[in-house]
Amino acid sequence: MAGRRRASARPPRGVWTLVLAASLAPGVWIALRAAGWFGGLGVNPIERLLEDTGTHAMIALLVALAVTPLRQWTGLAWISALRRMLGLVAFAWVSAHLLVWVGLDLFFDWVLILDDIRHRPYVTVGFAAWLILLALALTSTRGAQRRLRHWWPRLHRLAYAAGVLAILHVLWLTRGADYIEVGIYAGVLAVLLGWRLWRALQPVRRPRAG
Amino acid sequence: MLIRVRRRSDIPRSEVTPEAVYRRRREFMKGGLALGAGFGLGALGLAGPAAADLRDELEPLEAEPGEFSTDETLTPFEDATTYNNFYELGTGKEDPHRLADRLQTDPWSIRVEGLCDNPGEYALEDFIDPWSLEERIYRLRCVEGWSMVIPWIGFELNRIIDRAEPTGSARYVAFESIHDPDNLPGQRRSVLEWPYVEGLRMDEARHPLTIVSVGMYDHVLPNQNGAPIRLVVPWKYGFKSIKSIVRIRFVEDEPPTSWNRMQPNEYGFYSNVNPDVDHPRWSQATERRIGEFRRRRTEMFNGYGEEVASMYEGMDLTEKY
Repeated sequence: MAGRRRASARPPRGVWTLVLAASLAPGVWIALRAAGWFGGLGVNPIERLLEDTGTHAMIALLVALAVTPLRQWTGLAWISALRRMLGLVAFAWVSAHLLVWVGLDLFFDWVLILDDIRHRPYVTVGFAAWLILLALALTSTRGAQRRLRHWWPRLHRLAYAAGVLAILHVLWLTRGADYIEVGIYAGVLAVLLGWRLWRALQPVRRPRAG
Repeated sequence: MLIRVRRRSDIPRSEVTPEAVYRRRREFMKGGLALGAGFGLGALGLAGPAAADLRDELEPLEAEPGEFSTDETLTPFEDATTYNNFYELGTGKEDPHRLADRLQTDPWSIRVEGLCDNPGEYALEDFIDPWSLEERIYRLRCVEGWSMVIPWIGFELNRIIDRAEPTGSARYVAFESIHDPDNLPGQRRSVLEWPYVEGLRMDEARHPLTIVSVGMYDHVLPNQNGAPIRLVVPWKYGFKSIKSIVRIRFVEDEPPTSWNRMQPNEYGFYSNVNPDVDHPRWSQATERRIGEFRRRRTEMFNGYGEEVASMYEGMDLTEKY
């Protein structure tokens, strides 16, 4: 059984490309609107860019975190082959979000930027999440994986910490009691993280490493 | 900050109609033309959802230029009517524009009550003296860090207070917005405690800058901007300028206010625009004027310090934020 799964560890033809295209497509949509098409970016375009890149960053991060649980739930080994790509996509979205904030919203005013990172908790946690993803992106190569050996999976489990920080970031930006959006993100993350913790706490040794 | 009376001579005086404020909608513009024009622009990617046509649907409302107007560039009408915070119609910035029709403004009545000798319930048309209307071009600074310049049409709240004859013990004025969860989708969610309430200290309420607005951009107020009657207090963050008012009450003690009730450590009763007192979560030092790319520095009391600062002498504005 295990052998057959391993044999089909490559995704069906075209799936990898399709998933990559789908996860970057919103970027094309945003770029087209930024260029004035399809009604543009509205009355406050920079705020819109911040919100849209932020939303897609959050979704991409949750999708990347869902890879391993999805493989375990479905038994489809090839899903793991999407993991690095989806992780890098999440890093790209978070980076785009950060760049809009630094370059457009605060226009490279480093005094304000550093002040916000130090004194605004929602900025602090958001920036910390980006730093984590930066570290994971830099160590995402096969070479780094080999060199870091058993430290690599430990390091990359920090992706969940990035997820928690991202949710705090959204939560601390919420005004009023408008908790639907952040509630959905938190619910998804809780299921994914809960599942992995539950698996890790199972006393019986599994035939395959998780 | 420049505050200057703006001269206006481009609107024929004959357009004034006392009925405009309560008739509100022009009857002849209903569909075809407006829809066609909007579609044309939209297809070219030049405009959002046909906002430009809204002005053709609203009753024109003319008013003499009043005091205290700024000569800064007006925010485009389209921007001021498609980017709003009006949680009764939804929390998204475009929700109020999209769901504007859910707000039922006809008939509309306003109750004036509390500690006053002349309380009463008025139909909107009896409440407003059309000849008292004037135009006030004010800066509007939202607590979220954006700002606009809006040509309001209204009259000083003073007039209402005088008519009501508040008693000596009335030290505050409390305001209440419409409560209509059957029609207002936002009020079916407890994002805030409904109805929306606001309040001013008596001297703030009586300040000549404080107006009750029934129109903007030479027309009656669009629903998304707080039709048919709203408060405008230009030196305070926008949320103090309560929309769609149904009740005005004179009280002795500081009345509850919606955002303060929601998050007391973030939104105070006074909520004067103050670049030196940050919102606990974000800086208030700068703002983005809608239509501009770079942020600009936020002015103390939104640039109205000369007129209002004396009311707060001796008060610790860090404490009383």
